[in-house]
This record gives sequence, C-alpha cells and structure tokens, in this order.
Amino acid sequence: MSILVDADTRVICQGFTGKQGTFHSEQAIAYGTKLVGGVTPGKGGQRHLDRPVFNTVSEAVRATGADASMIYVPAPFAADAILEAADAGIRVIVCITEGIPVLDMLRVKAALAGSETVLIGPNCPGIITPGACKIGIMPGHIHQPGRVGIVSRSGTLTYEAVYQTTQVGLGQSTCVGIGGDPIHGIGFIECLRLFERDPQTEAILLVGEIGGADEEAAAEVIRTEISKPVVAYVAGVTAPPGKRMGHAGAIISGGLGTAEDKYAALAAAGVATVRSAARMGACLAERLSACL
Amino acid sequence: MNLHEFQAKQLLRERGLAVPDGVLVEQPEAVPEACARLGGTRWVVKAQIHSGGRGQSGGVVLVEGPDQAERETRRLLGSRLVTHQTGLGGLPVGSVLIERPTAIVRELYLGLLVDRTSEQLLFIASSAGGMDIERVAAETPEQILRVPVPLVVGVQPYQARRLGFGLGLDEARIQALGTLMERLYRLFIDTDASLIEINPLVLTDEGDLLALDAKIRLDDNALIRHPALAALHDPSQEDPRETAARAHALNYIHLDGHIGCMVNGAGLAMATLDLIKLQGGQPANFLDVGGGATAARVAEAFKLILSDPKVAAILVNIFGGIVRCDLIAEGIIQAVREVGVSVPIVVRLEGTNAALGRRMLAESGLALQTAEDLEAAAALAVAAAQRGLDSGTASHTVDGEGGV
Repeated sequence: MSILVDADTRVICQGFTGKQGTFHSEQAIAYGTKLVGGVTPGKGGQRHLDRPVFNTVSEAVRATGADASMIYVPAPFAADAILEAADAGIRVIVCITEGIPVLDMLRVKAALAGSETVLIGPNCPGIITPGACKIGIMPGHIHQPGRVGIVSRSGTLTYEAVYQTTQVGLGQSTCVGIGGDPIHGIGFIECLRLFERDPQTEAILLVGEIGGADEEAAAEVIRTEISKPVVAYVAGVTAPPGKRMGHAGAIISGGLGTAEDKYAALAAAGVATVRSAARMGACLAERLSACL
Repeated sequence: MNLHEFQAKQLLRERGLAVPDGVLVEQPEAVPEACARLGGTRWVVKAQIHSGGRGQSGGVVLVEGPDQAERETRRLLGSRLVTHQTGLGGLPVGSVLIERPTAIVRELYLGLLVDRTSEQLLFIASSAGGMDIERVAAETPEQILRVPVPLVVGVQPYQARRLGFGLGLDEARIQALGTLMERLYRLFIDTDASLIEINPLVLTDEGDLLALDAKIRLDDNALIRHPALAALHDPSQEDPRETAARAHALNYIHLDGHIGCMVNGAGLAMATLDLIKLQGGQPANFLDVGGGATAARVAEAFKLILSDPKVAAILVNIFGGIVRCDLIAEGIIQAVREVGVSVPIVVRLEGTNAALGRRMLAESGLALQTAEDLEAAAALAVAAAQRGLDSGTASHTVDGEGGV
C-alpha cells in the first residue's frame, strides 16, 4: 500500500517534449513509472520517448486512461495546465513549476474547490511511492520501499529526510512534497489523514518551515486524529523577519509564522520534534523502536 | 517588488481614487516651481524610500514657504533615512514628494492582501489609522476588521457596509468606501499586486475619503506580464548584494554572522543556517544556488559570499539529487581556483556519486575540508571560523574580479 500513487497509476506529462519534461519523463520511465504518454499542444500525433503525444489532456486521458499528470510547463502557462488537467478528469495533478503568480493560484484553488481532484504543488519536488511510481524531480535511487510516510514543504530538505530514513533502514511508504508556495494544493493535513489510513505507513515525518500557519493547523489534527508516531522538523529558526527565504511562502510577517511557534504547537500535540536536520532519520528510528 | 509612495499614488490616481495633489522632485532647484504649481503657502515634503515610519524619523516634514521647502528638500535628497524598518544603514533618498497639506477629520486604515489561510483576497480595515497595523493587531485586535472577497463575485456592497458601519462612517461615506474598495480591488487584480495598503485613509473636512499615504507591493512572479510596472523597480532601495545575486539567479540574503553558506535548495539552506547556530556559530548569509549548481554559478556564489568582509569561513552543503556530486565537485574546484578564496572552506557533499566528489575535492590540492555528515560539517565550519576570528585573520582578499 501507499498513498495517492502506486504501481498501477497511469501518468502523463504536460510539457512532455520540452527540455525539463523530456528529462524527467526519461527518469520516471527508468524508475518504472507507468508513463503512458504526454501532452504538447501542436505536437499531437507525434511520438516522443516511444510514447504518444497529444494536443490536449482530454485526448490523452481518452486514449491512455491516464489518472495522474505531471506538469513541467513554464510558470505563466502553468495555471492553465492545471485547470486543463482537472477539466479532463485527472485524479492526481503534480505541478513542479516554480514561480506561478499568486493570483493565478487563487483562481485555480477556487476552480478546484469541491472537486475530487488532488493537486500536489506547485513549486514542489513531486510525489514518489518508492519502487512503484515516481512523479517529480526527486532522485529515485535514494528512496527505498518502507515504513515512513514523509510530507514536506521543501525539495532538497526532503531528499535529506529520505536519505536519512533509507540509511537507518526504515525506508518510505510515500513521500509528498507539498511545495514552497503560499497558495498550494494538498497540505500537511490531507497527507496526515491519508498516511493514518495507509497500512504500510508506520510513522510519519513532517518537514515544515517558517511562514503561514500550516504546521500549527497540522498539530491540531495530529492531536485529535493521528495515532501513528509523528516526527517533525521545522526549518528557519534563524530566519530574520520580513525576508523571503527562497520560497515565496517562507516569510515571517508580523511576528507570525516563526519556527519556534510551530515547534511549540507540534510538541504540544505529542509530536517528537528534532532541532537538527541531521537527526530526522535517527529520531524516527528511536520512535519506531520505542513503539514495538 | 515594492513601489514608492509616488508610484503607488499615481496608480491610485489613474483609477479615480483621491490622493493629495503632489509633485515629485529630484533636484532642490525644482522646488520653487513645484510649490508654485501646487499653490498655497504650506506643503508637506515626503522622502521617497521603501519603508514605513518615515514621519518619526524626519522623513516627512510640514513646511512654510518655498524657502523652507527647498531647505528640507536639500537636507533629505542624497541622505540615507533610518527608520525602525530600514536597519541601521537606512535607505537612500533619491526623490521627495511635495504635496498640499490635507485638513484631516479622521484617520483610518485600509489594506487589501492575499490571505494564505482562507486562500482569498482580504480587506483589512481599522479606525486606528496612521499607526503600524501590525502593532494595532497585536495590542488592540478588536480594532481590526476583516472582510474576504471571493474571486468569483468580487467586491459587493455588503462588504463595504460591513467595513463602513464597523468604522462608524455615515451612509454617504459608506457609498464612497464601496466605490473605493471596488477600484482598489480592480487595481489589485489588474496589476497582480500582493499588497495594497492605504495608511492613513483620511476623512477630510470636506467629507471626502483620500489616500494620504499608499504602499503597493507587486507579485514578483507576475512582473513578466507587466513590463511597464516592472520598469518602476528602484534597485537603490535594496541590498546591492541581493540585487547582484538575482542577476545570477541566486537567492541571497545578508545576515550578520561570520560563516558564509552555499546550499542547494531553500529548505536545506534554512536548515543549514539553523545547524550552524545549533553548533554555536552565526551564519553570514542565506544563499540558495538552486538545483543546477554549475561551476559558473558556484563561482558567482563564492564572490557574493566573500563580498562580505565579516566572513571567516564558508560552509558548502550540496545534496546532489539529479545533479551528480562529481560535477558539483568539479564546479567547486574550478570556482575556488578562479575566485581565489582565502578563508577556510568546508564542503559537505551527499547524494549521487558523493564518494567520487569528495575524493576529487580531497585530491584537488586546495585547502578544502570535506565532511559526510551534516552536523559534522557545521561543527567544522564553526571551528574554522572561530580560529580565524581568534587569530584576527578574518579579513580576507578576493583575487581577480571578485566582490560585487
């Protein structure tokens, strides 16, 4: 088991024939992902990476039965690509693109409200169920099928977490990068609930960062709904207020969104918090052995 | 991207929103003509910098007669104004806005922003105008009114009623507030703003609502579709190192410590700063070199870090995912040779081909320390910086065209 994507997930790539789309599609295919085709408007009917290219997502869905899409189109066109995928009935939309205007994302979120579509990202590394399905830019080989569900707002910090859980021999059930933008799709709370229901997931690692109040809201859900052990790390204890720390969402404003507040909320909810990003794997190993 | 007050007011004026009559002045010699054009005998001279709190720091002055207007303009132009928001260095004053004074009956606050929690636009209003809204929110939260604007319907009369009655305005003023909110909302959408703040929004003795001050922040990600607005960018209001970094697609933020940092990925970069602090050190900067850490970008990153004379050691932390560590090692070696780094460098490489990368660094003949573990790397960097500070050799030189 896993969450959201598995070995049967049929994936298409939007922006298939572009440089990024081509490279990461090749990587996904090499990893064993069922990549069934792609979309590049105007190139429908061609073949690329030995797979069919379509002009529209809805044609691609009709012809291939795709239920997931990964989006590698440039930022000014990314909102349109998400909306097109949702309209075509794609179940899981993974948008890797960074730098989408925030008003575009507000419109996308308003359009997706109430639908069954799951949006992951934007500005995220994607989602991977190790050994089964890789949709995103993460290096596949550091993953290992296993016991920890990982949900994170960051990219390379997620790889760090993955690497550590592989090193300590725990492996991962599914890893979801929810992205660094202030307005994004799936969040901590939805992932926590999915991991709670997933029999393969034995523990959950939450990787947060400064800005917003998503970690605080997640803490409340952990306290009331999550029975599995949760370990959390929050980046940005040293971040100065008012500065945007790389991610558009990572900004402390008006004294809100600090790492200390987030740590306090998570600790109060019974989460094992780690202050050193080098100890995420070790802490999970301790928590899991304590549970046996 | 932030706009100056005069730029924000120009945008408001174009949308039919009332602002005081004003003239922008960049040379003291232009003051008499500006005063003559505005008429009257008293004016307000306002320093144009990207910061609030100008009034308390002498950046906004009421003047009598053109002579005093010119004197104050001379004092402000070319100076650096320090406010509670600018930091000790202050910000340079390149222009002043000279305005007719306004007869104020009441001062209000009106803001429009993107609320990440409700994922909607949100109007914020308060009867405590002219004050720092974050202080009002902290000290007297009951004075803050909030009204979300669903994107599908835009501004509706009920929203103006909620704010207007809440602010104690009469019905004619509530009508005017509704029009103002509608225009502000259109401006926000049309310019891809991320914040519009009118503080204070004043009720004049003639019963009009007028934007006495205005602040607009635009969404950097959307500037590509607004070239005319992008042209309003004033780099003099930013840290020159941050501007230089952006030109090389690097993400740099200057901090106050001694350990320069170079990391790939924003989250890992923040985590690295936190680790340095945990190990008893102080980071000198946040620097994200991005996913494709090529030799050229790594070289630019080293130059940027070394442009800060306080840097006594550098910690490079790269998690090679799709990018192979041997390629990154090659980039680091090339960059260190090219830039001529004279402070100790600790490199932590992990991920794809990490062992090969570490071997290349060790065999390069350069004074590089390598580490596998993240914590060990931070500890090494802290120790190296401390040694440099203790021996008083922290100041360093950059060969070639280094510095920014």
